Amino acid sequence: MKNGRRGFMGKAFGAVAGVGAVASLYAMKKSWDPLPSVRSAGFTTLDMSAYKENELVVEKWRGKPIFVLKKTAEMIAKQNEADKARDVLVNGEHYMVCIGLCTHLGCIPGYDPKGESFLCACHGGMYDFTGMVTKAPPPRGLDIPPFKIDGNKLVLGEEGPEYKKMKETGITL
Amino acid sequence: MAHFTKATSVHDWLNQRLGIDTVRRVMATEYWIPKNINFLWAMGMVLAITFALLLVSGIFLLMYYQPNVNTAFDSVNYTIMREVDFGWLWRHVHGVAASVVFLVIYIHMFTGIYYGSYKKGRELIWISGMLLFVTFSAEAFSGYMLPWGQMSYWAGMVITNLFSLGGLHADGLVEWIRGDYVPAQAFLNRFFMLHVLLLPLAIMGVIGLHFGALRIPHVNNQDGEELDFEAEAAKYKAGDKKHSKVIAFANDFMSKDMFVVGIFLIFFFYLVFFHYDFAMDPVNFDPADGLKTPAHIYPEWYFLWSYEILRPFSTNVGLMAFGFAQVIFFLLPFLDRSPNAVPASRRGLFFIWFWAMLIDMIVLTSMGKVPPIEPYGSIGFYAALTFIGLWIALPIITMLEKKA
Repeated sequence: MKNGRRGFMGKAFGAVAGVGAVASLYAMKKSWDPLPSVRSAGFTTLDMSAYKENELVVEKWRGKPIFVLKKTAEMIAKQNEADKARDVLVNGEHYMVCIGLCTHLGCIPGYDPKGESFLCACHGGMYDFTGMVTKAPPPRGLDIPPFKIDGNKLVLGEEGPEYKKMKETGITL
Repeated sequence: MAHFTKATSVHDWLNQRLGIDTVRRVMATEYWIPKNINFLWAMGMVLAITFALLLVSGIFLLMYYQPNVNTAFDSVNYTIMREVDFGWLWRHVHGVAASVVFLVIYIHMFTGIYYGSYKKGRELIWISGMLLFVTFSAEAFSGYMLPWGQMSYWAGMVITNLFSLGGLHADGLVEWIRGDYVPAQAFLNRFFMLHVLLLPLAIMGVIGLHFGALRIPHVNNQDGEELDFEAEAAKYKAGDKKHSKVIAFANDFMSKDMFVVGIFLIFFFYLVFFHYDFAMDPVNFDPADGLKTPAHIYPEWYFLWSYEILRPFSTNVGLMAFGFAQVIFFLLPFLDRSPNAVPASRRGLFFIWFWAMLIDMIVLTSMGKVPPIEPYGSIGFYAALTFIGLWIALPIITMLEKKA
């Protein structure tokens, strides 16, 4: 009888402690989540008519650098089908719009306008002017941020039909 | 209730209540250390003293440091360095000790490997020591974030990105660790918390475990000789100190231990006063800028070997190789299949293995520092393959080993 009572008390405590432990872990996990103010850190609108050909401009969206490169006629002529699918077309002009973080470990690659290519200094990865990988270790081309074309403007953070199509066809993650 | 008598002295008063004589006997005067050891056996004490230096200098830095992305950089580089009297001393002691502690940890580890001090009941000493290596690494990394310079920011970016686990694209996990899409205020605050509270607590706990694991198997000796500690201690206590193979931890062994510590401290403060710059990367004297990667990113010297194992491969293979390098040292007591707990010089092929591993890690370290161009890329690649190959070879060569 005495042991039965002690056993019951042990199990009851175990149940209370178990519920408490799971609840605290949940609270701890949630406390580490990005804050709502961080999550809603807005959208970035770019005026696409301001860019010059083969001149890389680095914009900022959610704290991340965004590469915008207006392509020259030569570049467009050089592109194959896979390259073309990555183009962002605004008012008939071709742009590369990518998150400027190496897909390997997130350094910012540098642009060489003469070689029309990007080099990541951290681990030596290279990309061409379309953002495709030309030298490992990056596992995939530069990611394309969610965008929506609005006349002359590009809104980053909103998913337009062109972006959704890219995502469906696996051109970007 | 225990019976208390009127105390005859302060010592007796304390002794009745705390048993200080017993504590002293158990911890010092009757804790036995073999005589047959050399200065490498003092590294544990050197590490304990270095940890104390880190703790004390850290307390003073903590009084002026501000964990805020707008003020962190200036609170270190202006307030602590220029305004606080002797602020530079605490910072340089902290920075140099953080670097030197890893040098001593590596010496301590390779001493253990050379003399086989991870076998025959000493497995837990090795495993708790490796846990200390991991917690010290996390402590070093989180501390490196705090000055919020360019290297802080970009090391934070690269290392947290490792948790996307390559092809698994666990970006949610990365954002959860950072508390943001990129390292920002939430990131700095939580790494500050880890650096000054959670990790030091964990380190102190594991140090307790490390010392505890040492008590029953005792310290190894230069010949890996299995000592009958009770018989040797009895000889010592009977007054035959000359023929006893052991001495008391204190004051006998401690006197030599602290002599080595004294030499170490002269070297340490020479670095603090005249060569602190080796522990202060110039790139980190530029404030963090999320839109500009430094031309060349590299970790502090003590992480270079594992960084170089990550670097020459494609993402997924690199991560696997890196993960392998992080855990494989834990398994040393089980991958070494030979029962011989003697110095490597008496173990045939293992002697070659020991030096090959040491040299390979030095090669990896030097290749990790240079930019990823040829021929360094290839040298790093083959050194990384050699590292993995040596670990695969270890169980085989130790199984073939003859009983010494």
